[in-house]
Amino acid sequence: MKPVRMTNGPVVDRVMAEARAASFRTRSIKKDMKLQGIRLATSMTDLTTLEGKDTPGKVRSLCRKGIAPDTGTPLPEGSTRLPHVGAICVYPELVEVAREALGDSGVKVASVATAFPSGQYPLDVRLQDVSRAVEAGADEIDMVISRGTFLSGGYEEVAREIVETKAACGDAHLKIILETGELETLDNVRRASDLAIEAVTSIPGSGPLEDGEVFIKTSTGKVSPAATMPVTLVMLEAIRDAWFSSGVRIGMKPAGGIRTAKQALHYLVMVKETLDETWLVPELFRFGASSLLDDLVRQYVKQIGGRYTASHDVPSA
Amino acid sequence: MTSKKNNNRIEVVKTWKLYMGGAFPRSESGRSTEVTNAGGRIVGHVCRASRKDLRDAVDTARKAAEGWARRSGYNRGQILYRMAEMAEGRRDELTRAIVDCRGGSTAEARRETDATIDRLVSMAGWTDKVDQVHGCRNQVAGAFHDMSIPEPMGVVGVIAPKKPSLLGLVSLIAPALATGSVVVALGSEPHPIPTVLLGEICATSDVPDGVVNLLTGRTNELLPHFASHRNLNAVMAAGLSAKQRKELQVGAVDALTRTRPSLDSKPFDDDDYWTSPAILAPYLEIKTLWHPIGS
Repeated sequence: MKPVRMTNGPVVDRVMAEARAASFRTRSIKKDMKLQGIRLATSMTDLTTLEGKDTPGKVRSLCRKGIAPDTGTPLPEGSTRLPHVGAICVYPELVEVAREALGDSGVKVASVATAFPSGQYPLDVRLQDVSRAVEAGADEIDMVISRGTFLSGGYEEVAREIVETKAACGDAHLKIILETGELETLDNVRRASDLAIEAVTSIPGSGPLEDGEVFIKTSTGKVSPAATMPVTLVMLEAIRDAWFSSGVRIGMKPAGGIRTAKQALHYLVMVKETLDETWLVPELFRFGASSLLDDLVRQYVKQIGGRYTASHDVPSA
Repeated sequence: MTSKKNNNRIEVVKTWKLYMGGAFPRSESGRSTEVTNAGGRIVGHVCRASRKDLRDAVDTARKAAEGWARRSGYNRGQILYRMAEMAEGRRDELTRAIVDCRGGSTAEARRETDATIDRLVSMAGWTDKVDQVHGCRNQVAGAFHDMSIPEPMGVVGVIAPKKPSLLGLVSLIAPALATGSVVVALGSEPHPIPTVLLGEICATSDVPDGVVNLLTGRTNELLPHFASHRNLNAVMAAGLSAKQRKELQVGAVDALTRTRPSLDSKPFDDDDYWTSPAILAPYLEIKTLWHPIGS
């Protein structure tokens, strides 16, 4: 494998990145546009449960909710229902349960793997984790990079691990979690994004990547801060630069901390204005979230029905 | 420095904000309204709350509802009494606020302030006696203990009368707090300063954040949203016109929100009426339990 050229990446101006990211929150999105945005964000949600206490019952309930998010809510008769979510994201042990519950609904099964969330296990164990999740029926694998190795300068090693994980995925799509909350600086976020993209696009002997075959993802959701707009902006810029230079379309998944429909709409604006509208599809953009969907449903019901919802109108899964 | 009065000084006119979740935010709409006294002088500015402010207030109240209901009646009584203490300390300020907004004599305003403080004390007294007064053990034809137990409504919307601006508001809020509900209240539209002053009193008297939320604004603008908000369990109102009462009741049909559109059947200075335990009844849900009697 050719060496990864990581030393001369672009430098990020933190102040400007934050100001630019904040500017996306000032767009006025109302009425039909808002409805459209809510529907789009719903179809892009990776409805997630990653708890030690997850049970097959909880995952099945989450799957039902993912297939028809607005079931049980007081929508006027004849209104268009919300679309299904992008994927259900679970631990490898629960992939089979999710696979069975989702059937042919079109909702994908995403599984975290590679010793999520720390990644602090030997590589062979992490790769086996991936293969098992794929065998159990996962359509998408969310891997974590070794942040310790990255921070101590082991870029080559991180890149090699990504390449091997990609190989273990087979046909399953790969999302590479950078865990930006542990990378300390936006420069590191940019460097890790470039490294991940470079690693997957320069695998010898493999053809060009399909659109969205590989995503980069901000966070595990287990570390604070999780996804923030400046971090996501920097990652989107890395994706944009790769697209300009080689035509590859890498997907983006901010995860953790996105809880309201309004926040989700701000992210969609950022994607549109940093890349373009062709990225506004579930194949290329996802939200990793657990409570976001509830607020999307709430806002959808309010927008259509004109009434603010009660807590019990949107039952939690 | 001279002690002479400086007639050139420009008065600092306060802009009062909303009281929500223990904080004092501006209206998200950015709107405010001048408050003028009877003589036409500007005595302050208040926020003109929007439906989104109401939404935010209901959200924050909902989060506070469980904790407030779980507190013992005794503890709620202590907090209501503390409100009375803090109001007593700001007696002159409250009185002046009433006069500033509405005009009239200071003596009359002072009577309203004193009645308000006394009402808080009365309600503080009822907090740990609600179960005894409104609950009961029922006679049933079978081997069962049968008990009816009062429970708090949850989140109660309050639309205060135009006047008396302070006493009317507190008379509708205090029973909710006493019985374990939390409140989102819209103060008197023409005389809003006592409402926002009450927010400052709540903020300094151990009332947990989110238990009392106070808005100022236009009744006609917010009434339909009070009525239709599905997350309000009840709406208590006074001083509404026949048209407004109807609007409140029709709007509340969808979510089956309990409404009391005209709680002001007796004047607010009728102490016997407003401090009687019957005042608490509209703020309570009754749960009846059946339990088998063992051998």
